[in-house]
Amino acid sequence: MKHNQPVYTDNDPQNELVTLNLGPTHPATHGVFQNVLQLDGERIVSGVSTIGYIHRAFEKIAEHRPFYQITPLTDRLNYCSSPINNMGWHMTVEKLLNIQIPKRVDYLRVIIMELARISDHIICNTIIAQDTGATTTFLYLFQFREHIYEIYEEVCGARLTTNVGRIGGLERDFNEIAFAKINKFLKEFPIALREFESLLNRNRIFIDRTAGVAEVTQENALSFGWTGPLLRATGVDYDVRISEPYSSYQDFDFEIPVGTSGDIYDRFLVRNEEMWQSLRIIEQALDKIKLEPKGIFHADVPEFYLPGKEEVYNNMEALIYHFKIVMGEIDAPKAEVYHAVEGGNGELGFYLINDGGRTPYRLHFRRPSFINYSMFAKMSEGMLLSDAIINMSSMNIIAGELDA
Amino acid sequence: MAKATNTEIIDLLGEKFGEQLFDVTEPYGLLTFSTHKDKVITVLSFLKENGKIDFNFLTDITAVHYPEKNQIAVVYHLHSMVSGVRVRLKVFLNENHPTIPTASTLWNSANWMERETYDFFGVKFEGHPDLRRILNMDDLGVHPMLKQYPLEDPNRVDKKDEYFGR
Repeated sequence: MKHNQPVYTDNDPQNELVTLNLGPTHPATHGVFQNVLQLDGERIVSGVSTIGYIHRAFEKIAEHRPFYQITPLTDRLNYCSSPINNMGWHMTVEKLLNIQIPKRVDYLRVIIMELARISDHIICNTIIAQDTGATTTFLYLFQFREHIYEIYEEVCGARLTTNVGRIGGLERDFNEIAFAKINKFLKEFPIALREFESLLNRNRIFIDRTAGVAEVTQENALSFGWTGPLLRATGVDYDVRISEPYSSYQDFDFEIPVGTSGDIYDRFLVRNEEMWQSLRIIEQALDKIKLEPKGIFHADVPEFYLPGKEEVYNNMEALIYHFKIVMGEIDAPKAEVYHAVEGGNGELGFYLINDGGRTPYRLHFRRPSFINYSMFAKMSEGMLLSDAIINMSSMNIIAGELDA
Repeated sequence: MAKATNTEIIDLLGEKFGEQLFDVTEPYGLLTFSTHKDKVITVLSFLKENGKIDFNFLTDITAVHYPEKNQIAVVYHLHSMVSGVRVRLKVFLNENHPTIPTASTLWNSANWMERETYDFFGVKFEGHPDLRRILNMDDLGVHPMLKQYPLEDPNRVDKKDEYFGR
């Protein structure tokens, strides 16, 4: 089967199967990817996934860009939680350069990463609800993604593709308005989330549509490389934040929710509980920041931290370092490093090989959506088409992360 | 289960495979070693099935092209979720005949990872059930991540990389 070519049903009267081209631009896929399904009535007999419709060659582009210009590429992987990707990339480079990050910066990063996780899970869970027919809940909770984007806007000026932070820290401190908005969010969001849960968690229709659908065993999930909420819904308590803490996650007290059967209902509950845990983490981080010295928002690494513009125009050292960083006169060490963070969908890994220059020799993204999705066609076999649609929503496949 | 250390793992592997594992390093604490391509499945299945180390999870497969050495390295990242350790296994192949046995017999996730590696580097995974391109179109004709293919049209005069320090 060739790419970009729909498959038509042949007119053989003996053939009772119907071919359905689900995608590439089908409203139910919530992204640009295609599944060619063979249907027997409403039941799926077999399926073939075709992906790559928004492949943008990020790995190739990254080989020609200095480190600080790669951050905007990572935005566009999982664009529902871009701050996590940004921070993951910064931490990869910091690991390469052995930069020690001050605690306050770690905590500020944790706040923005957990907000990103909440916004990612809001999208996924409200979309599951939407696809099971509950539009109201979708509209109730979805406005809080907007409030999170307003916080991003205060922190970095952007909303969706945030490009937040720098190698070595953040580009600016959180301002008072940002803290005020975070506090407001922490007050208002639990009320809405509780309402959301009360509308769905014990809802008969919702449970009938999701419980027992698309169950996955732990062995299968591990064999197919699942990570993140999908893996945890099967009962494996793997979370990168716990197993290899980065950005001072070891300082926080939080729990990793796990499911039992790996069905859609469990995935939904796991994501909901993770939002509660994220709120806990943000609250703790706000308390911890008060104990740290004020005003620190980056590490003291002038060779790699891009200075602010007002510094560059008024301060000679900053101007020199700005010139050196932008014109590429500082080389990074020759090394290879793998760094993983817990993204919205699972383990987001950066495999960076540097040959001593200022651009990566090779950069590979381990993209959780790509690896999680490889199971979809296989697990759809024998499933009802309407179940496969909510199964796809509950896997939270983000086309940007799928195709890189 | 206690965290297995890199020395324990390398002792265990050295006992079993001896000289067939080489170039053992530990960049940033991640145990890295190479093997020959005819041994790769034996090493991977030993890592997966040995009860002491138990690398149950295939994190990633990718490749790196080294044109000056005429080599393509296939890189496996394995993760032992029980003992919380990662290892990296490299296999260097001749760039003219990049063939290697498939790991999709051990992990289902290897299926798409190997398709991606084939798509971008042209590495042929022998025994792979469905080795087709995955992200690029079928009639692309080249494997674009190989270093001889430039990012942009090399004849352009307005975008010389050296003017931008790259």
